[in-house]
Amino acid sequence: MTSDQGEERGVSRRKILECMTWAGTGVLWTVVGGMPRSLGIMGEAAAAGASGLTFLQISDSHVGFDKPANPNALGTLEEAISKINALTVRPSFIIHTGDITHLSKPSEFDDADRIISQARLDVHYVPGEHDVLDEDVKLYRNRYGRGSKGAGWYSFDADGVHFIGLVNVVDLKAGGLGNLGNEQLEWLEDDLNGCAASTPIVVFAHIPLWSVYPTWGWGTEDAARALDYLKRFGSVTVLNGHIHQIMQKVEGNVTFHTAMSTAFPQPAPGAAPSPGPMKVADDKLRSVLGITDVTFKRGQQRLAIIDQPLQR
Amino acid sequence: MRTISALRIAAALAVMLVGVPRAVAAQPAPAAAAEVEIDQFAFVPQRITVKAGTTVTWINDDDTPHTVASSSKLFKSKALDTKDKFSFTFTTPGTYAYFCSLHPHMTGVVVVEAVTGADATQ
Repeated sequence: MTSDQGEERGVSRRKILECMTWAGTGVLWTVVGGMPRSLGIMGEAAAAGASGLTFLQISDSHVGFDKPANPNALGTLEEAISKINALTVRPSFIIHTGDITHLSKPSEFDDADRIISQARLDVHYVPGEHDVLDEDVKLYRNRYGRGSKGAGWYSFDADGVHFIGLVNVVDLKAGGLGNLGNEQLEWLEDDLNGCAASTPIVVFAHIPLWSVYPTWGWGTEDAARALDYLKRFGSVTVLNGHIHQIMQKVEGNVTFHTAMSTAFPQPAPGAAPSPGPMKVADDKLRSVLGITDVTFKRGQQRLAIIDQPLQR
Repeated sequence: MRTISALRIAAALAVMLVGVPRAVAAQPAPAAAAEVEIDQFAFVPQRITVKAGTTVTWINDDDTPHTVASSSKLFKSKALDTKDKFSFTFTTPGTYAYFCSLHPHMTGVVVVEAVTGADATQ
């Protein structure tokens, strides 16, 4: 049948991309058959034990934020780490997709490190714009930039998966969006030259690498060039933060996914006058940060996103 | 709802607050001042026109830090947290574009006009 042939050629040709169960506090990822997929942060983690690589994404902890949308961002980060520690299957490492702090203050970085280190896992960071408020980006790079290039980009391999951390929050141009810049893009092209097309690729950066909502700056100016370099790979997963809510898109072999914040929610694109922190009722905060199931059904191009708040 | 403060001549007010006698206030006009609010990820007003010598002050009313960065690198504030301010005095007539270096879709313009003889006698 035609539809079956379509499936053969489509994303579902490979191992089912059956994603994703989601918790606002973190996302647990596993790589099965070369295809990353996310698992529930809690009970379902047992499923990850069967095979492959499991890792976790947290984002936008905004340590130091104390405004009405969440007067205790450090506290909710601590809750997220407690959940990670309660997992029945330990993830191999954590990816933090930026905005570790709210104002790049040394004390904020100290607090974030103190809490996140309680997970006793390696953490691979990329900076958000809130982490690079000092003029020369020293505060971030001195802590997290070891072995990285430029403003902090790098790659590493884990269990046959090639991970690439990109920086798209520095040297932003007036009127523009997130920016990778020529130097980083050249490095990326060179870095990918060493990888076979069959290598699963995971790219992570703070600002979405696809145009979520340019009116609010939710996109990356020169991401198209990066995606061009990634075209030849059979499995590419792009993980971002910045927008404090789940967005997902599948385009060919590329799956784009944004994480929720551990600190506060932001409005849906265009749903408010600005993308500023969204105040919800105190007893609703954790429900906004709750679990969302996102499922990609075989043969369908669109992903189903079902919210399952932790508190109803 | 927060009100939008337009161009505000603050110097006269400052003179009144410190109780300087009227005779002194009638002396040559003190330097002008103008204010731009940063509100809901926008510079308000987005475009202002001032006379040369005017000090423009930006104040951040958002819960999110912003910067005020000249597109020609003439000036750049540190990250402004809520209620933080940044001032710059424009001495030369011209059109000065600026943006928030953290959220570059936020842009603004300061148009600086030459001081004319009529201004001086006001």
